[in-house]
Amino acid sequence: MNEVVNETERLSRQTDEGAQELKASHELVVTGTVWPELEGDGETMIINMGPQHPSTHGVLRVMMELDGETVVRAKPVIGYLHTGMEKTGEQLTYVQGCTNVTRMDYASPIANEIVFSMAVEQLLDVEVPERSIWIRMMLAELSRMASHLLFQASNGMDIGAVSMMLYGWREREETLRVLEMITGLRMNHNFVRPGGVAADLPDGWQHAVLELCDKVEVGIGDYDTLLTGNPIWIERTVGVGVITTEQALALGVSGPILRSTGFAWDLRKAQPYLAYDKVDFDVIYTQNGDCFDRYRIRLTEIAESIKIVRQCVEMMPPGDYRVQDKKITPPPRERIDQSMEALIHHFKLFTEGFRVPAGETYVSVESPRGEVGCYIVSDGTGKPTRMHVRAPSFYNLQSMGPMMEDRLVADAVAVISSVDPILGEVDR
Amino acid sequence: MTAPQSLAAGDPLFAGGVDPAVVLILIIKTVAAFALLMVLVLFYIWFMRKVIADMQNRVGPARAGGRYGVLQTLADGIKLFFKEQSVPDGADPFVFRLAPYLSIIPAFLAFSIIPIGGEVSILGHTTYLQLADPAIGVLLLLAMSGIGLYGVMLAGWSSGSKYPLLGSVRASAQLLSYEAAFGLAIVAVLLHSGTLSTRGIVDAQAWTSWDSFATSWYWTVAFVSFVIFLIAAIAETNHPPFDLVEAEQELVGGFVTEYTGIRFAMFFLAEFMNLITMSAIAVTLFLGGPSGPALGFLSATGTVNTWLMPMFWFFTKLLVLLFGTVWVRASLPRMRYDQLMDLGWKWLIEIAFVAVMVTAVVLVARNEAWNRFVVVPAAIGGAFCLLGILRLCMPRQSELIEEEV
Repeated sequence: MNEVVNETERLSRQTDEGAQELKASHELVVTGTVWPELEGDGETMIINMGPQHPSTHGVLRVMMELDGETVVRAKPVIGYLHTGMEKTGEQLTYVQGCTNVTRMDYASPIANEIVFSMAVEQLLDVEVPERSIWIRMMLAELSRMASHLLFQASNGMDIGAVSMMLYGWREREETLRVLEMITGLRMNHNFVRPGGVAADLPDGWQHAVLELCDKVEVGIGDYDTLLTGNPIWIERTVGVGVITTEQALALGVSGPILRSTGFAWDLRKAQPYLAYDKVDFDVIYTQNGDCFDRYRIRLTEIAESIKIVRQCVEMMPPGDYRVQDKKITPPPRERIDQSMEALIHHFKLFTEGFRVPAGETYVSVESPRGEVGCYIVSDGTGKPTRMHVRAPSFYNLQSMGPMMEDRLVADAVAVISSVDPILGEVDR
Repeated sequence: MTAPQSLAAGDPLFAGGVDPAVVLILIIKTVAAFALLMVLVLFYIWFMRKVIADMQNRVGPARAGGRYGVLQTLADGIKLFFKEQSVPDGADPFVFRLAPYLSIIPAFLAFSIIPIGGEVSILGHTTYLQLADPAIGVLLLLAMSGIGLYGVMLAGWSSGSKYPLLGSVRASAQLLSYEAAFGLAIVAVLLHSGTLSTRGIVDAQAWTSWDSFATSWYWTVAFVSFVIFLIAAIAETNHPPFDLVEAEQELVGGFVTEYTGIRFAMFFLAEFMNLITMSAIAVTLFLGGPSGPALGFLSATGTVNTWLMPMFWFFTKLLVLLFGTVWVRASLPRMRYDQLMDLGWKWLIEIAFVAVMVTAVVLVARNEAWNRFVVVPAAIGGAFCLLGILRLCMPRQSELIEEEV
């Protein structure tokens, strides 16, 4: 791991004031050339990487101007997966909202569900029970593990370590299996809902989760052995795709990319939500801002997530898993057979949804890719007037251009991979 | 080497002139070599997929040909054979069609010089178990891999598409660069053996006792060259970690992007044939070819000891090397284009060159009966000095950037 900056500087950067201090300068730190004036002088070649290309993670298209094998300019072109999810969100009730947001970042759906639910709860002004908070936190970390394992797999494959893909997928599959056991679905769980979570933890969850932690720990040890010290891996990633803190902040980049530049910004520490202030974990950050650092950060963050999950298992409080508010929470199944009111409540909740007081709010949490935020405007009806998700991949994608310029095509692939974009989230 | 410098000069088959039996034997040998190479390729692809699958916690081919999927490659080949072949609009149709042949024919020819067994007698004629033993020997291999390069280059150029073009540019540069290191690595062996003929090289490494493993096989005396040969051979055949030419994540399919059906299969076959030929050449040059202990309790002139045991040793050694390539494929990330060039030009060629000079000095010292305890350290010390001087002469990174501007 790279050198750690001294503690005071670290802390100053972690606080809001520290961040403001850095943001204050108005110098131009990132520039881009005007596109699409693509008429070259014949020396260069325009090449479209994607939207169908093995290394563009779905349907990203990167337009690159090449001089030989050197990338002169690069521009990500997005929109190939645009399905109008934000607009759809306006047609869905708050109860249905989670099924929508969970499909945005399909690699770590729990973070999206949490941020949406938290935003709705803030508008509703309800306090969710302690147990549901801890369940959410545990799921968020399991989801982070799955997402970072996916990154390890795809990153390895993009740089040519094909076995890494299978190894990463192996551990990710184990993680998804545990998520399936708890939520009922491997992906797009729709488990975290406004007012709590959909169900209580199943029997034997402690054992399954702890067993998973042990497995993944062995797995990341393997990746470390296979890649970290490998000379070819080091040559391919160290010093490739460098971005500075100033550039990252100017572009609105967050998450592991920002942390790799030496700026220890993690919302779990910076503005603790859920119960992150009650568990012990470290914010992982490095100094060089290159592909290798981003790989190391994500690898180490898996270990930190395991640490948090273990604490969750240990400290999981007893109690209810959702708010006992008849206006928000549907009645239990047995009650529907016994009580007319319960049936009516149930019917109303799943057809009209619940009403949310007028107002607007913005809530953000740390997803595996960075700050994912949810902005909701409510007019007092059962559906949001406006629902916007600040998707970290969308902002992170902007950093691709500066990172790729004057590098080789092979580096461009490493850069795309290390940004770890999820196109569903970018296009929403 | 005596007068007739033909392709089969060294073979005792022609000692008594050419008669119909000789022609028949030649035809049998040609068909056998062709079939052997094809079977080896089919086997290797299956073997590679199975071993990699095992290393990656997968099952691998498991359907065609029983539960181990041994016929999977054959099934793939048959499928490709019946696929429609297309020529892209922007392509140069003639060159586009020619390129696969330029790739596959040299791959077949190169295999003809591999000795896979000892001296045997067929139909009353004594002959070597190898298709041809030309006087130019190993040079034929270099020539064939040079021609094979044209196949790759023209395929990418004639496709009229961007990714194949990038792939073929990479290929030309990579193959040319590594040809040099590859050739120099062979020279060390040639100095030891004093002949270009593969049969001569194998005979020089004949098995006399268990010491032969270390004393007469060349991998010990030319260890540096052996290592360089292995690296350069993998780079020559575009195999991981040097498979930049068809780096899927960067160039989609590299130079074969626009190829379909049997033309694609030909490139695919040629690539694996080259790998097998290179491994076989490594066995021949450095690991004694078919030489190995015979079964002492059987007659030294019986079928087992003249036919089977040499082939057994040859294929065992080949399998070990092939397993090595699979292992490398499963574990290493891909190198970057410029790093590959650096490795080739700045390290391998120089080290191979210096290794050749050290070998020459040591051999001269042995012939002249100089004191080897003085000469060998002096030669090695001199080699390191030379390498150091070469390093100092190289442009710095900053100078390189200036040149580019």
